[in-house]
Amino acid sequence: MTAIDFSQKIVEMIDVVKKFGDFVANDRINLTVHKGEVHSLLGENGAGKTTLVNCLYGLYRPTQGRIRIKGQEVEISDPNAAIQLGIGMVHQHFMLVDTFTVTQNIILGRETTKMMGVLDIARAEKKVAEISERYGLAINPRDKIQDISVGSQQRVEILKALYRGAEILILDEPTAVLTPQEIQELVMIIRNLTQEGKSIIIITHKLHEIKQVADYCTIIRRGKFIDTVEVDKVTEQELASMMVGREVSFAVEKKAQQKGEQILAIQDLVVKDNRGIAAVNGLNLTLHKGEILGIAGVDGNGQSELVEALTGLRKVAGGSITLRGKEITGSKPKEVINRWNIRTIPEDRQKRGLVMEFDVAENLILETYHDTPFSVRGMLNRDKIYAYADHCTQVYDIRPTNPYLTAKSLSGGNQQKVIIAREVSNDPEVLIASQPTRGLDVGAIEYVHTALVNQRDRGKAVLLISFELDEVMNVSDRIAVIFEGKIVGIVDAIGVDENEIGLMMAGGTP
Amino acid sequence: MEAIIKDMGFIIGTTLMYSTPLMFTSLGGVITERSGVVNIGLEGMMFFGAFVGATVAYYSQSPWLGFVCAGLGGALLGLIHAIACVSFAAEQIVSGIAINFLGSGFALFLSRLFFDGATQTLTIPKKIPLPFSFLFGEGKLFQSAGFMDLVFNRFATVYLAFFLVAVVWFVLYKTKIGMRVQAVGEHPEAADTLGINVYRIRYGAVMTSGFFAGLGGAAMSIAVVSRFSNTLISGHGFIALAAMIFGKWKPQGAMLACLLFGGAKGVEIYLGAKGFPVPSSLLAMLPYILTIIVLVGVVGKTTPPAAIGRIFDKSGK
Ligand SMILES: Nc1ncnc2c1ncn2[C@@H]1O[C@H](COP(=O)(O)OP(=O)(O)O)[C@@H](O)[C@H]1O
Ligand SMILES: [Mg+2]
Repeated sequence: MTAIDFSQKIVEMIDVVKKFGDFVANDRINLTVHKGEVHSLLGENGAGKTTLVNCLYGLYRPTQGRIRIKGQEVEISDPNAAIQLGIGMVHQHFMLVDTFTVTQNIILGRETTKMMGVLDIARAEKKVAEISERYGLAINPRDKIQDISVGSQQRVEILKALYRGAEILILDEPTAVLTPQEIQELVMIIRNLTQEGKSIIIITHKLHEIKQVADYCTIIRRGKFIDTVEVDKVTEQELASMMVGREVSFAVEKKAQQKGEQILAIQDLVVKDNRGIAAVNGLNLTLHKGEILGIAGVDGNGQSELVEALTGLRKVAGGSITLRGKEITGSKPKEVINRWNIRTIPEDRQKRGLVMEFDVAENLILETYHDTPFSVRGMLNRDKIYAYADHCTQVYDIRPTNPYLTAKSLSGGNQQKVIIAREVSNDPEVLIASQPTRGLDVGAIEYVHTALVNQRDRGKAVLLISFELDEVMNVSDRIAVIFEGKIVGIVDAIGVDENEIGLMMAGGTP
Repeated sequence: MEAIIKDMGFIIGTTLMYSTPLMFTSLGGVITERSGVVNIGLEGMMFFGAFVGATVAYYSQSPWLGFVCAGLGGALLGLIHAIACVSFAAEQIVSGIAINFLGSGFALFLSRLFFDGATQTLTIPKKIPLPFSFLFGEGKLFQSAGFMDLVFNRFATVYLAFFLVAVVWFVLYKTKIGMRVQAVGEHPEAADTLGINVYRIRYGAVMTSGFFAGLGGAAMSIAVVSRFSNTLISGHGFIALAAMIFGKWKPQGAMLACLLFGGAKGVEIYLGAKGFPVPSSLLAMLPYILTIIVLVGVVGKTTPPAAIGRIFDKSGK
């Protein structure tokens, strides 16, 4: 089945070191890839995987170390040199011009021309169609990027590399943005490519995907090389431990529940979406102290609107929300946060959770900057703010431990830690966690789950909204299923039947 | 009837005369902004070009030499803008403002130096020619001062401006270099990963925009009038900039926007000449008011190039 030719080493990275200033992002990493091999790079967010492949693609210059391609020692000074050597890369954030067509994006930098630099688009389209057919990458060469799905955009990125004659294809977290079906298509594409003699380096932190497609796996932890293993000979559990550096539990450890009195009650809530349609349509729910209530449901059943209504971001069209018996419907976001002490881990951490251009310390005080000790008579007290941030980076393990770094320079997991630090440190009565682990790796997921469980164990209430049924079932004490803006069933998490919930999520009645 | 046709000819002719200098500059704006660099220094570049064009044309007695040198003068200011914002990642608006002061200051300084302390040049001996003048007049194909004469007997720069619109359109949409300029303006990182030199493309685009703005200035100083003076350009560069924006960053759009502005100017001059009973200072507002109305009412939402004004910096990698 595998197409590996062990006699040919296509890529060898030897003792590669990459420093950014004093920070060592890659510390003597070794990587060998053979012809026809699928080699995965595994590591937590911020481990240095992207940095390593950027060195291979000529986007970064390694500080130290050697790179050999097909046995030849090479210096890869820029992407052009990498392309010449047959290296192609699909970046984590797609590098596509939205307003261009598929063909234009593919040929950019390697344009087919008639005379005097006049583009020959017809010939290019033919060529693109040929390649896409050969490797089974369905695409219409004339579509504009802005009009096609994310999965198609990814195929365009792969075609871009193949068009340039890539023999080594680097895929940086290719599955993060794909639907399950699209992931299966990608797996097929990868198999096709290796049959054609291409070598693949695939970055991911989803362990079952590694088991599914990769032959070998190199594990990197905090910039350091840990090991290269044959995927068939290790378990997912072992991979996870190597990646994180300790035993990881996929199951969430919880003490027995100490359920308290009711704190939040939602009655007949109606919330309209942007089109004016009732996305939340007569929803009833109660939340108790000392419990995690998980809301399971397929995306688009009113979850976002529910959270926005609870946090004061969206108008309530009907019904009521009460906190300890007190009506809080229609409160402004600031009241919700400071007066009712309801805090939120928002669905989109980059858009709503953080100000990406602000540093860690500033992000940590977004909700409390107006209080002493952070401000005194309207003036910010920088010393206090940064001292507090130093404390938070320690307690919440935010890495790197530098409160002056901008939020955008942190990895996703650490961005989430900043948000959790801010929301949890004020000891909220109710914590709303909306998709809190989206896009995070196992280590970070475990961290987030522990933070939620800690809140519950301290007798506070947690409302968890997630599209991942596994997560809802693992973390929650009670599970409410949302369908078309209503709660269609509530069950205890202990001894729950996954099929039963799945059925309710799809609108069936158990 | 004949009088009306003649009046029409007069308005169309004036429209062409006033809109074409704007067109050069506006095309320059399209080129730089499509590469992702904002250039509000167009005014200063146009001003400088007007001065250089008139001065060279005066001393060399060759309007065409003056015209080309005006372009080069504008390109020189473009180079300064590019060094500041492309290499040194300066704020593009601030650099553009500096260029505006620099262009006018430098032109006036040199003007005082070359023309005895005057802030205007002497009248040039030869203007840009009228390439089709042989067709008009007594015993020629068309009689003089008729409709055809008023509309088509125009300076060479008028025809050149329309020709350049077609050229810029073709280069931008049909050639390799044009596609790269667009890519750099939309997603410079993507272009970079494909081995395109973002810096070089932006330098080229910004300098070309300076060249075009310089031509626009000269089209005023050595074709529309026959000397440079310090009030000659007064705001035309900014109008051209606005025209580029509500032409939706497209050469053909910029052309139409410039024609609109020139048309309003034509009507203003026509009404003024007819002794229309409205104070001339009010009439002079017409082009601007019309511009605002069209901008708000007709054009609608415009989308600039995605990476416009954003600094691209790959140092430290
Ligand atoms: N250009 C850069 N300048 C400074 N630090 C960087 C740069 N790129 C990445 N880093 C840091 O290097 C570390 C590794 O990043 P990266 O390679 O992107 O991790 P990942 O394994 O998630 O792909 C992170 O801590 C990141 O903040
Ligand atoms: Mg990465």
